[in-house]
Parts: sequence; structure tokens; C-alpha cells
Amino acid sequence: MTRKKNQRIKVAGLILSCAIIAACDRNFENPVGDEDYNSGTADFSKFVTIGDSLTAGYADGALYLDGQKNSYPAILAQQFAKVGGGAFNQPLVSDNLGGLLFGGVANPDFGNRLVLNAEPKNPPSNLDPKGPEPIAGTPTTEVIGSGLNGSVFNNMGVPGAKSFHLAAANYGDATGLGAGTANPYFVRFSSAAGTTMIADAAAQQPSFFILWIGNNDILSYATTGGIGTDQKSNTNPSTYGSNDITDPAAFAGVYNGLVTILTPANASAKGVLLNIPDVSTLPYFTTVPYNAVPLDQLNAEALNNNLYADYNEGVQTALGGTEEGDAEVIKRKITFTAGQNAVVIEDDTLTDLSGVGLASMRQATATDLLILTTSSKIGTLANPGNANSAWGLGVPLEDGDVLIPSEIQAIETARTAFNTTIAAAADADPDLILVDVAAIMNEVKTSGINYGTGFIDGTYATGGTFSLDGVHPTARGYSVVANRIIDKINSSFGANIPPVDPGSYSTIFVK
Amino acid sequence: MKIRILVIASMCISTGAFAGGYRVALQGQNATGMGHTGVAVKDSAEVVFFNPASMSSLKTDSNFSTGVTLINSVTKYQNASTNTAAETENPIGTPLYLYYSKKFNQQISYGLGVYTPYGNSVKWPKDWAGSYLVNDISLRTVFVQPTVSFKVNDKFSLGFGPTYVNGSVELNRNLTSSLVDENGDRANVTVKASGVTAWGYNAGFLINPIQTLSLGINYRSKVDMQARGENAKFNNVPSSLKSTYADTTFDADLVLPAELTLGIAFDVSSNTLLAIDVNRTFWSAYKNLDIKFNNGTDPSLNPRNYNDANIYRVGVQHKLNNALTVRGGAYYDDSPISAGYYTPETPRNNSLGLTAGASYQVTKRVDISVSFLYLMFNEFNGAYDYVEQDTDPSTPNKSFGGDYLTSVTAVGFGFNYKY
Repeated sequence: MTRKKNQRIKVAGLILSCAIIAACDRNFENPVGDEDYNSGTADFSKFVTIGDSLTAGYADGALYLDGQKNSYPAILAQQFAKVGGGAFNQPLVSDNLGGLLFGGVANPDFGNRLVLNAEPKNPPSNLDPKGPEPIAGTPTTEVIGSGLNGSVFNNMGVPGAKSFHLAAANYGDATGLGAGTANPYFVRFSSAAGTTMIADAAAQQPSFFILWIGNNDILSYATTGGIGTDQKSNTNPSTYGSNDITDPAAFAGVYNGLVTILTPANASAKGVLLNIPDVSTLPYFTTVPYNAVPLDQLNAEALNNNLYADYNEGVQTALGGTEEGDAEVIKRKITFTAGQNAVVIEDDTLTDLSGVGLASMRQATATDLLILTTSSKIGTLANPGNANSAWGLGVPLEDGDVLIPSEIQAIETARTAFNTTIAAAADADPDLILVDVAAIMNEVKTSGINYGTGFIDGTYATGGTFSLDGVHPTARGYSVVANRIIDKINSSFGANIPPVDPGSYSTIFVK
Repeated sequence: MKIRILVIASMCISTGAFAGGYRVALQGQNATGMGHTGVAVKDSAEVVFFNPASMSSLKTDSNFSTGVTLINSVTKYQNASTNTAAETENPIGTPLYLYYSKKFNQQISYGLGVYTPYGNSVKWPKDWAGSYLVNDISLRTVFVQPTVSFKVNDKFSLGFGPTYVNGSVELNRNLTSSLVDENGDRANVTVKASGVTAWGYNAGFLINPIQTLSLGINYRSKVDMQARGENAKFNNVPSSLKSTYADTTFDADLVLPAELTLGIAFDVSSNTLLAIDVNRTFWSAYKNLDIKFNNGTDPSLNPRNYNDANIYRVGVQHKLNNALTVRGGAYYDDSPISAGYYTPETPRNNSLGLTAGASYQVTKRVDISVSFLYLMFNEFNGAYDYVEQDTDPSTPNKSFGGDYLTSVTAVGFGFNYKY
């Protein structure tokens, strides 16, 4: 009996101690971070990325330290390091402000990064936030004589670069800054004055590369509201202005040349090609509504009677009578009503009636895209002495403030052609894969992305995907792109590379 | 004397997170040893909680029981699609109880219970992946229950006690999944309510159709904890948002749901008792954990929509000799949480509890008891799909999900005095 009791106690004690230890040791059947990561058929020992601001890690209107550290290439390199990836050197700027110095002198065109001032504009009547503003501070990043020249960098992302700039000699030559043939971001870290971006990339003989170029071939035109020229059929980029759309044939020639240079540089090299998102998926073009102006009955009538009665009548007189003319009369008729009103915009595709003293203007429609900067312009006075000169009401918004349908069409035609070229290049070589960034950004815009531990969408400032410049992603947005690239590498090259948690990356910064 | 005990009791109260949302079923070491059965068991002052009707069936005139349990619980979280993992570092919880029952005459008994049936203490790493749902939460409640029991006849008795509940809760979470101040520190809010009081009751019936069999019914009412004008403090808020997120007061309601328990206790032999309880918790009363700020800041809307859930309990007690009694038991606890409502503040799933216990008769009047509990939650993949409830139905739900795995061990010590 006693023995039996002792045995029972022993058994009970054993069960209990097992239970207590087991409770501490229990783990998931398939714990994360415990997987057999591998690079598949890819070799990440020398990983090089070539591209523009999106590759550099540009965000919030500037290239700043944290942005670079969270660039999609840096995020990828950090994950590639788990599967044999080598060192990844970036041409890091000197501070977290992002502004540039040219020989010690700050340049207003290259200011500090934006932070959101969320204070109400004019409390209590107007609770809208004041909006983005450059962070205070004196920048320290020097363009000329940065100390970076002479060596090469894994991240060859240069903000502002277009496709043809990658093969342009002296693009990193400080002496070309004044003439606009050089780019200050490349001047900072070009290996030599006469080199090209692609030469510096190819010199590293990348075992794995990512090429994401062509965004600025349409974006510089789009962000300036289409004041540039659509260079369709002009295959000579040296004749282009800085805000022009690159000819698709010129793009194809340059692009295929770049791919050719990168692939034979290392016979076993593999690469990822990224395509160009639709500008209408970027909050820079979708945040300011076409009918942003609230008016009461009194003000609406005053505008109609005092400012546009003559215009409407003049247009009727000049154009009415034909079917085509009547259609334009309707399109150009400017009427304000109580409630939300469409702003008045310039439209140079309208019949030129300047001869009879009538401006080429009309009210905007949902098919026009007002650019982000108009949010602080609409309603302010074009002529401070004239109360009737409010932008968008008394005075039409300018060509550079809005993308009209013909401009959007030009952008889309070029973009579609660029993406066809990019997809064909990826198709032609089994070592190259395409990541459809255009589709990712469309997903962000239409449904948002639930990444498992959180959610981002394309809403300006609060959506999480886009930084305060409305064009470039946040660190979180870049990390989602990086995860999609990892997915594609895993499925195409038989690799097993872990993703990152987008939730651990920052979004916008609030003052 | 009683007041002093109450003060000491309320100072020690802190409980671990597990089982049935924020219900912590550890209200007696004898019962815990037997799978936390007890609605038809009548051998100690623990009946004040488990079934007040049994007070008048206790063998001795005066019965006193007190005890404390040390809970160690760990929840692990991971999300394979983002390669994220986190683990709670919960403080050791210490639910306790104190029961007293005295016979007034052969028919009437009276007594008092002080116990802590609801609590929650979960501490995730600061700013972890789910920090915009919860960084840490601590819920404490003390129930004080004066009780009377009336023995109608040898076969039937009933009991009733109003419960006075004093509770406090503190919750910290990040304001959003991204908001940081200039220094990159995550903006967060702490809501803290203390000294919230409410009333409920505990009622039971005991039927003894034959000498060796008892049937018990116990109902513990819902308790509505209503926090009014308590403090909300916003931390690391960017300076330009200071007016939007100014420290303020808040109102919130937390329901402690009703429980109905049916059970039998059967003397298998003169030394062996078998008990089976079925427990239904009316969790459907827990609709949301909404926090309404009193300064115009948008309310925090957090739907929960729990379902009523059952717990099936079985326990055995065997008297080895006059000094030593051993106990064993198990229970299966159905999750009250529907798909899409799994939050990291009460991350739980169906669970299986294994228990053991023993009592040692030190003197004729005094015995001490110990109990052990090992509670295994199934590993599961769940998500909370209502992260930011939006009134616009076209807005997609924001979701936080992943794999959860919770384990709990508890060791309890009790002291019983009867004369």
C-alpha cells in the first residue's frame, strides 16, 4: 500500500513536471524563421540595382538616410543576405533631412524631406490640416566632392534619371550641372566624370540585378501637368526637354541596350525587370478632386454674372451653330451653383478664341486630373489686389496644374508601349523575370493590400503606401514591393527567401 | 477583520490571461484539482462560489477556505506571410479566493465569498506587429458576495448571494499602425479605469435524490462594468496633432457574462467521488469593447461579437487514507470567438485542461491543498478582420492575423479550516 502510494506520487510528480516544462517549450508546428532558406538557381553574391528615385529609396520629396536604408533594394539585400547575398553598398547621403548642397550652397530645388503638419489650417472654421512642409534643418549632403566618387555602388538608383540617362556619358560630371546634362545625385557617386550609370553597374559584373527604369520618361511630364511635349516619333532624346514624354521607340532601343549590357556582363546573371505604374494610381494625381470648391448661392451667382456671363455668350457667338461647335459651347460653358463646384482650368485643346478676347478655358470634369500642389493653390488669389482672381474660380488653373484627357492619353500610350518593351525583354530571356509593379499599384488603388499584419491603400498621407510627395512610396510601400519581388524570385528561380513585415516599416512623418 | 482581509485581497489581485475570453476559472483548489467541477460537490467552503445552495449541506458548522494560484501563461504569435513572430511576456497572475460559511441553524447558513473570476493580463512586446490592437492589457476584478443558503429538506436546498464587483482595467495600444512623432516613436494611448463598481448575483439549487448522488444548478449573473469619465492619456503624439489627441476622459462598458452550470457528483465508493459539470457562459453579451472619448476624438470601435460557449468538466477525488486525498480532472473549453474576431488581447481557441490536486489533513480542523493545471490551447490560425470599423461598407476590412499558440500552467495553494 505504501509502495503503491509512493509510486502514485512519483507518477503524479513526473506528469506535473513534464507539463510545466512542456508549457514553456511548446512551439508552433512550423515556426517562422526556422525554414531552410535557399537562393534556388539564383546567385545573390553580387546584387546590383539600376534605376531612378524609386530604386534610390527617395520618399517625401527627398533622398534622406532612412529612405535609403529602407529602399526596396536595401530591403531585398537584407533578405538575400540570408541566402548567400553579399555586401550591398549604397551611396548614402549625410543626414535625415535630404536637402542637397552644391559646393556648400543649399539649392531650393533640392530641399529637405516633407513632414505632415497636421494642425488645423484655421481653427475652428477650417479643420483641414495645414499639409506637408519641409522639415526644418540645414542639409549637409554635398553634391560636389562628396568623397564617394571613384568607387562603385550596388544601388545605382539616381533620382530623376530617365531611360536614356542610364547610357548618357557625363551624367555624373559636376561640370554639366549648370547645363542640365548632369544629375546631382549621380554627380555625388559616379565612379568618374565621364562614366555612365550602366557602365558603373556593369563593371560590378552583377550575379543578380534589378532594372526599374522608365518612370520618369512619363512622370516628369505628368507631374508638371503636361507642360512638356510628347516626343512620340522623335527618337533623339538629346533634343528632348526635361518634362517631355520619351518616344516609345527611343525607349525600346535604350532599354534593350541596357538589358544586353547587364546580361553578358556575367553569363550566369539573373535579373528582375520592373514595369511602369499608371500615373492615375498615384495620389499626386488623384487626391485633389476636380470639384473641390464649395460655394453658396450668393457667391455662385456673383461669379456667374460678373465673371462668366460675357465669356459664355462670347463662346456661343463664336462657336455655336454647327454640331461640333455646339458641343464645344456646352463643354466650355462655365456655371457655378450652390454646393461643390468644378474648378475652371486652361485647356489648350479648345478652339483658340484669343482673337476675340476669349481664353481657352472650361470647367474641369472627372476625366481631368488635378495635381497635388493645386490643393494649396485653388482659391488663393492670382493677383493679391484683385478679390476676383481666385485660382480655379476667377482665374483658370494653368496648364501645369492639371492633366487633361489628351495629356493622360499621351502618357498612357507611352507607358503601355514601355511596358510592352519591358515584358518582351523579360520573356526573351529565361534568366529574366518581370514584376508587374503597375498591377501592384493598381491593387493598392482599387482594393488596398492586406499584408497579413496590416493594411495599406493608396490614400494620400493616411493610406500608408505613398509618402508625402504623393508619387514615391513610404518605407512600408517599398517593403510591400520588395515582398512581391521576393515572391516572384521564389516562384521563378526555385528559391526560398523569407519576406519582411511591412508593418515594421515606417510610413509618413508627422510634425 | 473582514475589512482588512478585503484590503489585502484587493492589493494582491492580478490574474493571468486564459480560458473563456477573460474568465479565469480557478476559484478553489479542491475544485481545480477535479477539472474545476464543483456545482454538486459539497466538501468545503468553496461552495460559496460554486453553488451557494450547498452551504447548508456542509458537514461542519463553520467552514473557511482561502487560496491563491500562480499562473504562468505564454502566447506565441507568428505570421508566415510577413515572417513575423512575437511572444507575450505575461506577468505571473495570482487569482485568489476567500470563502466563509456558517450554519445559523439546521436550515439556514450564511457566509461570505471574495474571489476574482475575471481577469486578463497580456503583455506583448512594445510596438510589436499587432501593437495597433494592443500592447498590453490588464483587467482585474474582485467579487464580494454575502450569501445565504436555505435547506428546504434533506433532498433540496437553495442559496443566493448578491455580488458586489469592483474592477479596474488598463489598456495600452498604438493609435494606428503607423503614426509616429518626429523622433519616430509610435503614438499610443493608455486608457485606465479603476474602482469601477457593479452588482450581480450568484444563485444555486442542490438536489440530493439519494444519499450518494447530488445534482447542482448554479447561475451567476451577468455583470455590467460601466467605466465613466475615466482617464485616457495619449503618448508620443506629434505636436501638430496634439489638439486632436489631447488627454481626455472616456466612457466604456465591459460585460462580465453570465454563467449557468449543471453538474452531478456521485460517490462511486465510500472513498471515491466522481463529478461532472457542464458550464455554459453567455459570452454573446460581449458585443464590443468600444471606447468613447469625451473630447470629440473619434471613438475607438472594437466589435467582439462573442458566442455563448460550453465547457465540459470531469473530475475524480479519491481519499487514500485519513490524511491524504488526491484529485484529478480534465475539461474541454469551447472558444466563444467567431472566425474573424480573434484579437491578440484574448488570443484563444478551444482548449483542453488537465488538472491534478491533493489535500493533506494537518489536524482535525485544518487541511492544506494544492492543485495543478495544464491548459493546452490548440494552435490555430485566426484573424481580427475589424481593425478599424468603417461605416462605409465599400471600404475593405482591415485585418490582423496569424498563428497563435497559448499554453498555461497554474499551481495553486489552499488552506481550509472547519469546526
